Amino acid sequence: MSKERIKIAPEFYDIMPPEYQDLVNRATYGKEDRGWKDIGSAKELIEEHSLCAGCPESMAFRYILASLPNPEDTVMVGSTGCTSLVFPHVAVHNIHSLFGNQNAIASGLKRALTVRFPGRIKDVVVLAGDGATVDIGLDMTLQAWFRQEKFTTICFDNELYANTGGQESGLMQKGFVAKMAPVGKTFDKVRLPEIARESGCHYVVQCTVSKPSLVEKVIRNAVHVAREIGPTYLQLYTPCILEIGKNSMEGLQEMRDSEKPTERFAFKEFVSEPAKQLLAELAAKDKEKKAAAKEQLAAQQA
Amino acid sequence: MATNSVIGTKNKKGQVITDARQMMFEAPRTPSFYTGSEVIKEAIRRANVDVMIAYPITPQSEAAALIGELFAEGYVKEYFRGESEFAVMSECAGAAFGGARVFTTTAGPGTMRAMENFPMWSGARLPIQMIVTCRGINSPLSIQPDTLEIAYLLNTGMLVWHAETAQDFYDWILKGYIVSEEPDVHLPLALCCDGFFVTHTKDMVNLTPADMCLPPYDPYRSPVPCMDMECPPVRMMRDPFVMKSNYISYATHASWQQEVWAAVERSRKHTIAWIDGLIETENTDADVLIVSSGTAVSQGREAIRLLADEGIRVGLVKIKSLRPWPWQEIREATKNAKHIIVPEFNVVGWMAREIKASIPDSDRVVSGPRVGGGMTMPPEIIVSEIKNALGIRNAAMAGRGS
Repeated sequence: MSKERIKIAPEFYDIMPPEYQDLVNRATYGKEDRGWKDIGSAKELIEEHSLCAGCPESMAFRYILASLPNPEDTVMVGSTGCTSLVFPHVAVHNIHSLFGNQNAIASGLKRALTVRFPGRIKDVVVLAGDGATVDIGLDMTLQAWFRQEKFTTICFDNELYANTGGQESGLMQKGFVAKMAPVGKTFDKVRLPEIARESGCHYVVQCTVSKPSLVEKVIRNAVHVAREIGPTYLQLYTPCILEIGKNSMEGLQEMRDSEKPTERFAFKEFVSEPAKQLLAELAAKDKEKKAAAKEQLAAQQA
Repeated sequence: MATNSVIGTKNKKGQVITDARQMMFEAPRTPSFYTGSEVIKEAIRRANVDVMIAYPITPQSEAAALIGELFAEGYVKEYFRGESEFAVMSECAGAAFGGARVFTTTAGPGTMRAMENFPMWSGARLPIQMIVTCRGINSPLSIQPDTLEIAYLLNTGMLVWHAETAQDFYDWILKGYIVSEEPDVHLPLALCCDGFFVTHTKDMVNLTPADMCLPPYDPYRSPVPCMDMECPPVRMMRDPFVMKSNYISYATHASWQQEVWAAVERSRKHTIAWIDGLIETENTDADVLIVSSGTAVSQGREAIRLLADEGIRVGLVKIKSLRPWPWQEIREATKNAKHIIVPEFNVVGWMAREIKASIPDSDRVVSGPRVGGGMTMPPEIIVSEIKNALGIRNAAMAGRGS
């Protein structure tokens, strides 16, 4: 859907909400090199959010929405949790239906869009918390990967059930004391990135969202690989500062501390052979484009 | 005059896309001898379905697999086996959110496993059609016919129809899409039948021509935006009322629930027009009426024949649509009846409860006979129930101690 499609009939222009007017006038729909640097300088696809002050999830949301390569033809699927408080503000179509069924919804959605829009790009991106992805929805997460469904699954890993008040989750660290883990969690953090690789994902990354440029890169890679090859999985650490006893200013430091090479969120990446080839082709094209632009600029200046 | 209409054009399989009224009411019919499962296949062949998602569970497995053949032949555009009924119903939702005409089938424990999806389907206004071939949901494990699961579907906001015969099934699958996709309805339909009795028996069914199919689903006639990123608005709310505790939040949820049920009500006029009334009646001037749905009606017809031989006149009300519930029609049809006999294939007697809640002098309702767990319902036990109600001495029935 182009900006043309969302433009407002002149008769109704003045009664439309200012955010909508702004979206039509200044959204980055259709901008090929859109990325995190557009944040604050162009209309963003997310309005004010209703998360806690300083929540790293809100940063992650902004980076992801700024980095989607094709938001004008992307449909997102969410699940129940803190993310479901944010999605209503998001200016791409998004679906919330139940808790944990996000990868099943996305499977049906992607197939329907493929039937209805042959030859056109329609990206599907799932974004859900770790409870939805790993606990209640694990079956559907894995089955979508087994079936090689062509969409991206993003897990906001905050290592607990945040929205319900900090209960134990499968991605919680062993030993962490939380609600429903009154004497500390008794088993290890589920190794979903490894499971994703073994389950058929072609591009798997685990990282924090401390660096917007990194988030931009992995989002673009994941969406392109899912579009052309098969399922992709991103596990992003978005600590729940409230439930781990941090202040609102401390989220970024928490992520930086946890991504050190010896820590549990050290950058981890798996790329399948076909995905490597695709990403190399895309990088070559990018390079070509940049070189051409540089030449053009030099010619203009000469 | 220029037109965007697809009526009269051919699809990839060479079927002529035909106006639904013409196809269902005017086109010639061919009598064919088919099982209920085969009838489902033949209806879907003509239904222009985009996506079918399947999962094996007795007694719907055969039908679900036969739709796979239609996919292989190119009549259905997308088809796959999901991982469980809960997931399948979510996959169906995803496909419907994406603007596809969606079909699925389930039964018994599958219906129960998927239950969380159904109010979500209606709340999201997804006109998915789901065939429910009812079977036992009790423990110990049973695969036999039993209609208890319908009781759970009645309050989901879905349209619920209950087919008696394979012919009902054939016509209602096709007509069901027309009704549930109406913009002022736009709700999912649970089209129920009694497993095995309808799915696994052969019957003569009059089929519409195989070279005609329904017009395609148009997702832009939906009362809510299709999630395909082709239609504004793209920002749905300024403030999410998911978990807010304030008046606006409550009022939004309350009014949306009311709207879903208002849509069920609005489906009445379409349902009446397409399936020729929500109920069907015979001899409602009789003192005794049998009122039920599904194959309990067929057994009722046999009981009526047996009693006619003895000079006892009994009328019949066949309820076709359970949601919307035909309470006015039932009130009217039963106004002269002194005894209202409600035979059911389930242990709780949900149909009798619904009827009692709809009519004056509800002590006229005899909730029975009820059989469960796959037991058959010989017409003789309906006869016996009627005679009991009339105070006529009954021949002893084996095992009943009367």
